[in-house]
Amino acid sequence: MTVHEDNVLLDLVRGSLDHCVKCTICETHCPYSNVTSLFPGPKYVGPQAERFRTGEPVSPDASVDYCSSCGICTRVCPQGVHIAEINTRAKARLAESEGIPLRNQLLGRPDVLGALGTPVAPLANWSLRSKPVRALAQKLLDVHKDAALPHFSGRTFRRWAKRHVSPPGATKEVVLFHGCGTNYYEPELGEKVVEILEHNGFRVTIPKQGCCGLPLQSNGIFPAARSYVRRLAKRLAPHARRGVPIVGPPTSCTLMLKREAREILGLEDNPDVRVVSEHTYDITEFLLDLHDRGELRTDFKPVEETVAYHAPCQQQGHNIGKPALDLFALIPGLRTVEMQASCCGIAGTYGLKVEKRQISLDVGADLFSQVRAADPSLVACDAETCRWHIEQETGVTNVHPMDILHRAYGL
Amino acid sequence: MNVDVVVAGAGTAGLVAAVRAAQGGAKVLVLAKGAGATHLSPVTLDVLGYAPERVESPLAALPGFIAEHPDHPYAKTGADAIAEAVSWFRDTLGEDYRYVGDLERNLMLPSAAGAVRPSALVPATMAGGDLHDGAPICVVGLRPMKDFHAALLADNLARQGHDARAVMLDLDVERVDVNALGIARMFDRPEARSLVAAQLAVRLKPGERVCFPAVLGLRDAMGVWRDLEHSLARPVFEVPTLPPSVPGLRVDALLVAALRRAGGRIIVGSEVVGAEPAGDGVTVRAGAAAREVVHRAEWLVLATGGFAEGAITLGSDWRARETLLDLPLAHMPEAGEPRFVPEYFDDQPMARVGVAVDSGLRPIGPDGARVHERVLVAGASIGGAVPWKEHSGEGISVTTGHHAAGRLLGAATSAKAAV
Repeated sequence: MTVHEDNVLLDLVRGSLDHCVKCTICETHCPYSNVTSLFPGPKYVGPQAERFRTGEPVSPDASVDYCSSCGICTRVCPQGVHIAEINTRAKARLAESEGIPLRNQLLGRPDVLGALGTPVAPLANWSLRSKPVRALAQKLLDVHKDAALPHFSGRTFRRWAKRHVSPPGATKEVVLFHGCGTNYYEPELGEKVVEILEHNGFRVTIPKQGCCGLPLQSNGIFPAARSYVRRLAKRLAPHARRGVPIVGPPTSCTLMLKREAREILGLEDNPDVRVVSEHTYDITEFLLDLHDRGELRTDFKPVEETVAYHAPCQQQGHNIGKPALDLFALIPGLRTVEMQASCCGIAGTYGLKVEKRQISLDVGADLFSQVRAADPSLVACDAETCRWHIEQETGVTNVHPMDILHRAYGL
Repeated sequence: MNVDVVVAGAGTAGLVAAVRAAQGGAKVLVLAKGAGATHLSPVTLDVLGYAPERVESPLAALPGFIAEHPDHPYAKTGADAIAEAVSWFRDTLGEDYRYVGDLERNLMLPSAAGAVRPSALVPATMAGGDLHDGAPICVVGLRPMKDFHAALLADNLARQGHDARAVMLDLDVERVDVNALGIARMFDRPEARSLVAAQLAVRLKPGERVCFPAVLGLRDAMGVWRDLEHSLARPVFEVPTLPPSVPGLRVDALLVAALRRAGGRIIVGSEVVGAEPAGDGVTVRAGAAAREVVHRAEWLVLATGGFAEGAITLGSDWRARETLLDLPLAHMPEAGEPRFVPEYFDDQPMARVGVAVDSGLRPIGPDGARVHERVLVAGASIGGAVPWKEHSGEGISVTTGHHAAGRLLGAATSAKAAV
C-alpha cells in the first residue's frame, strides 16, 4: 500500500471510528454474523478491533476474512461510521501479511478468466459443469463444486458493439460502461441496454474499458485493484470531462466507480477517478432520472409476468432506493413482488469459496424462500453474481431489470 | 424524486409520521442517515411516568402537567392529540403486535435492573409484568446471554417488597458470543422454545408468573409468547433488555411494512443534508454515492432526533445547533447561566434544548414567527421536554409524528377545498 493512499484511508477510517457508540445496529443488520459464529460481527471486527490494528504487534484476528464486504453495516449505521470500509481495509492488511491464495488471485480477475474462457467456450462451459472437473477444482483450488459459476457466451459484447450501427438522428450522448460480466457472459444484456438507450434518443459511446477491480478489492488485493480501477478511470475520464454521463448495468461495478474506489481504495485524490465518479450512474437510476424530467419514452407494451425483484446489497449501496421498482410500475400488466431480504449470500466471489459455501446458503435462505413464496415467472436483480446464485438455488430464471424493460419496449 | 412528503429520520417519530401520511394518501419518501433509534428502544408507550412524582394516571395528570409546562411538546399538540396518536399506534400495529393498557392508568413494569417503570401502553408480551398484580415472579436468566442478570432483577424487586426469585437456564446456542437478537431468533423456532419450556416447567412454583428477557421471538413474538403461556400454563412476560432491543426491532419492521403497504418509500443510508423553500414546497438535498440527490416535496418532516442522535450538537463555542436546517433552538441557557449541574441525575439545564415550534409543529424563531412554512418538526428534535426523567419519550415521538402527519394532510385537504 502506498503511503499516500494509506493516509487517505486512515483519515477516513480514523475520522469515523470514534463516532461508534456501540449501539449494535450494524450487528443487528449483518446477514453474515447472524448465521455463522466464524464472523463475530461488523462492530466487533470493525470499530472495536481496529484499535488494536495500529502499532506493533497488530491484532492477529483473522475472522475479518469472513466479512463479505456487502456494505450493509455502513449503510445502517446512524452515526456515520465507515464500518465496511474499516473491515475491507483490515482484510487487505490481513492478505498483505498472510499472503493471497491462488484461488483469490484468480477469482479476483474476471477479465483474465473471461479472456481465457471465451475462445474455448464449449470446453470451458463443459468443464464448469462437469462433476469430476469441479470436484478436482474444489480439491486443488478450494472453489466449491456446487457454487454457481457463469456460462461463457463464446462471443463478447465488445465484438457486437464494434459492428453495431447506431440509428441516425440521436441528439444526446451517453457512455456505456458494460463491465466484465456483460462482455464475457451476458453480451445480450449489453445489447439490450444499447437498444433501450437508442430508443430514447441517445447515441451510445462504448470506449475501451476493462475490469473495475472490485473482485480484487473484496478479496483484499488492494494494489492490483487500484491499478485496475485507475486504468479504467483513465479510459472513461475524457468522456466524463466532456460532461457525458457514464451509465452501466453492473450495479456493483458502477458503485465501485462512484464510491468504493475513493472510499475503500483511497483514490480520493485521483483526478480521473473523481471525475468518473461524479458522472457515473446506475442504469436504473439514469432512466428514472430521465422519467422524472419527462424525457423517458413510455411506449411500453404489456408484459404479463410476475417478477420478484431483489435489490442486491451493492445496488442499495448507491443510496438511491430502488429505481427499478418505479420503472417496473410504468409497464402495464407487470406484477412486481418486492423481496424484503438483505443479501443473497454470494457477495461476488465469497460464496464460491469452499469454506464459505454453507454460510452463503444460510444467508440466502431467507431470500430463496421469499422467491419461492412469490412463485414468480422471473427474478429481476441488478448484479450478475447474485443472479447466477439465486437462479441456481431457486431454479427461477434471473434477469437484469433492463431485460424486462427491453421486452416492454418490444425492441 | 417528486413526492408530497419527505420525512428526514426513520426513528419512531419519523416512521409514525410517514405511515400516517402515506395512509392518508400522500406520496411519502423517508430518508435516513442510518437505521432509526427504534432499534434501541423497548417501544413501551411511556406517555407520562413522572411529574415529578410517579404518575398513576396520565390522563388525570396531563392537564396539570401541560399547564405547568407551556413549552413542552405535549402543550403544543394538546392532550387530545396524545390520545388520538396512541389509539392510532395501537390500531396500526393491530393483532400482529398487540398493545394493551390505556391513558387511564399506568402499568408498573419491572426494568431489567429491577426498578419500577411506569408506562401507559405496552406490548401484550410485557403486560403480565404489571406490579399492581401481587403474584410472585420467577425471573428466568439464560446463561449465554451476558446482558441480562436475572438475580439482579429479582433481588432488587424483592428489596422493594415484591415476591421475586431468579432461576438460570442453560441454552445450547452453538456460539460463544450471543446477544438478545440471536436468542430471539432461536425462540422463533418451535422446537427450541419447547426445550426451554420443558427445562423450566419443573423449576416453577405454583402461582408464579414467569419473567423472560425480551427475546421471545423476532418474527412472531405474539405466537411465541402465547405458545409459552400455554405450555407453562401461567402468565409469561418479557422485560426489555440492553441493545439490540428485540421489541424495538419488531416495531421497526412492522412500521416499515405498514409504510410499504401504504405505498411509501424508505432509503436508509441517504442523509438529508439540506432543504430550501421552493415555490409552494421544499427542495430537499440528500446524500448518495458520489453525489447529492435532489427531491421535490410539498412538505419536509424533520424527525432527526436530538443530542443523542447527533441532530443537535453543542460546539466548543458552547453554541447549540440543529445540524440540518440550523433551526432556532429554544431553552438554551442564557450566557453566564450554568449549562450543566454536577449531579448527573439532577435537572440538567441543557436537557430541554431543542427546536422551537408552534402549535402546528412548525419551527419558529425567538419572536414566535415561523421560519420555514413547509417544514414540520417531530420527535426528539423538539425542545422543552426531558423524556428520560418524565418517562415521556415514546409518547412524544408517537404524538408529534402523528400530529405532524395530521397537519400536513389537513393542509392538503383545505388547499383542495379552496380550489
